[in-house]
Amino acid sequence: MSPSHHDTPLERWFHRRGWIRITIGTPYLWLIFFFLLPFIIVLAMSFATRTPTAPPFSFGGENPVLNFAHYQRLFSDDLYIRAYLTSVANAAFATFLCLLIGYPMALGLTRVSRSWRNVLLMLVILPFWTSFLLRVYAWMGLMGSNSWFNKLLTSIYNGIVPADWALRYIPMMNTNFAVILVTVYSYLPFMILPLYANLEKLDFSLNEAAMDLGSRPFRVFRDVTLPLSVPGIIAGSMLVFIPASGELIIPSLVGSSSRPMIGRVIADEFTSARSWPMASAVAIALLVLLVVPLMIYTYYDAKSYEKQREEA
Amino acid sequence: MRQRPVFLITMLCFGFAFFYIPILSMMVYSFNGSRLATVWGGFSVKWYVSLLSNRQILKAVMLSLQIAVTSATFATILGTMAGIAIARFKTFRGRTLFSGLITAPLVMPEVITGIASLMLFILMAEYIGWPAQRGVTTVTLAHITFSMVFVSTIVHSRLVQTDDSIEEAAMDLGSRPWQVMKDITLPVISPAIVSGWLLAFTISLDDVVITNFTTGPGTTTLPILIWSKVKLGVTPDVNALATIMVCIVGIGITIAGIILTRAEKRRDLDAQLAYQANK
Repeated sequence: MSPSHHDTPLERWFHRRGWIRITIGTPYLWLIFFFLLPFIIVLAMSFATRTPTAPPFSFGGENPVLNFAHYQRLFSDDLYIRAYLTSVANAAFATFLCLLIGYPMALGLTRVSRSWRNVLLMLVILPFWTSFLLRVYAWMGLMGSNSWFNKLLTSIYNGIVPADWALRYIPMMNTNFAVILVTVYSYLPFMILPLYANLEKLDFSLNEAAMDLGSRPFRVFRDVTLPLSVPGIIAGSMLVFIPASGELIIPSLVGSSSRPMIGRVIADEFTSARSWPMASAVAIALLVLLVVPLMIYTYYDAKSYEKQREEA
Repeated sequence: MRQRPVFLITMLCFGFAFFYIPILSMMVYSFNGSRLATVWGGFSVKWYVSLLSNRQILKAVMLSLQIAVTSATFATILGTMAGIAIARFKTFRGRTLFSGLITAPLVMPEVITGIASLMLFILMAEYIGWPAQRGVTTVTLAHITFSMVFVSTIVHSRLVQTDDSIEEAAMDLGSRPWQVMKDITLPVISPAIVSGWLLAFTISLDDVVITNFTTGPGTTTLPILIWSKVKLGVTPDVNALATIMVCIVGIGITIAGIILTRAEKRRDLDAQLAYQANK
């Protein structure tokens, strides 16, 4: 219907195209200014030169406009390569452990009665709503050398090993082991929930059919359930791996400072070393690391979206 | 014929023990009378008493709530617009960039978002003079930016699931597109808008990394205060604070869960009654 004649020009504009432009334009401009622009600043900064001025950078000067020195340092300085490898290894190991613990839990959730399931799902989500920082903190209390948990583990350890290997306590704090343990703890819900969503939709009659035809439960799992749950495994793994590799809080609180992860290196370069260009170059390197898992995730995500649409 | 999945149940028990033992241990030690956080020195509530009289913590709580409410509200407005734009307007110039911009912040490592925002704010102060110094304004701006994409994701997925035939019918009956949006689409997605606000609120309330980079002197939110205490090690008053926070969240989630379960039971019952009545 055409706009009525009583409208002011402004109202006519609003009803014809204006409200659409406002709806698209407002968030668009916001994100360009507060997300894309900062990102471009990081990219540009990685080619700048560090100077003792405020703000501490310049383009040009002794160097040509683009200064590749920071990228060269990424490959020549051990610190960065080691941080990179530590991050990938920690994140990959944590993802694997999350899968190992989370998969049976998610499968178990689909097998309990409905009322129990709601309670247990709530118990999975509950830690997720409590502060991330406090979840890391809770483990600091357990891992310290005087804690009951450490004493318990030490006495178990001392009971097993020969007497001359005995320890006074197990050094857990400020190690990569601690980083992996706390990462698994913090990100386990991200693994369980997508896996559960995937496993819940599977048709249990397939399992029953295989069982009726004489398959052992483990074979049914290997040949029926596992292949059908690959999308859930991928989604959960990426949801753990991507944030875990760029993690800053966990390595700062429980990690080893001699073998830092890449997130901590970025923060240290920026704040302690006050080298914006170097921090930016490391940040770009971290993003490159994330591109491959992101592409896998987007691919499977798009596929599951298509499937949903087909079903609808 | 279903077997009892013994292995799976064992794993569930093990998993929940893993989830809750650290939290329970922290709660127990919040009643520790000793100054040494990990050595038990008798039952005491003195850390709770000292917490309640701690002006610094109360101030940080109020500041955190203020920032969370403001940023969640703006993030909900912007995120709802973005969700509608991407779900309902199929062609517009720059749509590809737009859809990239509303997903990238979801996966961007917080450290990078943090230093990127900080550099933007420093350069803004340098060249346009606003915001003159870092503090509540810069933290709120940063929070709006990274939480609006969570809102837009929720709104988008809700819009994709809803049937647009009612909207088409209203359009066919002569309503203007804006009226359809206001009277039909927005009410339909209102649950998504509410959960989007709640998520944005929680994310803002919990954020450490981005706040740490974008905040300035004198602006200490609760997570930043806890962060600065926790960096120095385990202390009994943080245990007490954590216990209070976990209890508040736990009670909230339990109430929400009971309401949801009741609603579901009632729905099941209604469905059953309707089925019997029609038989």
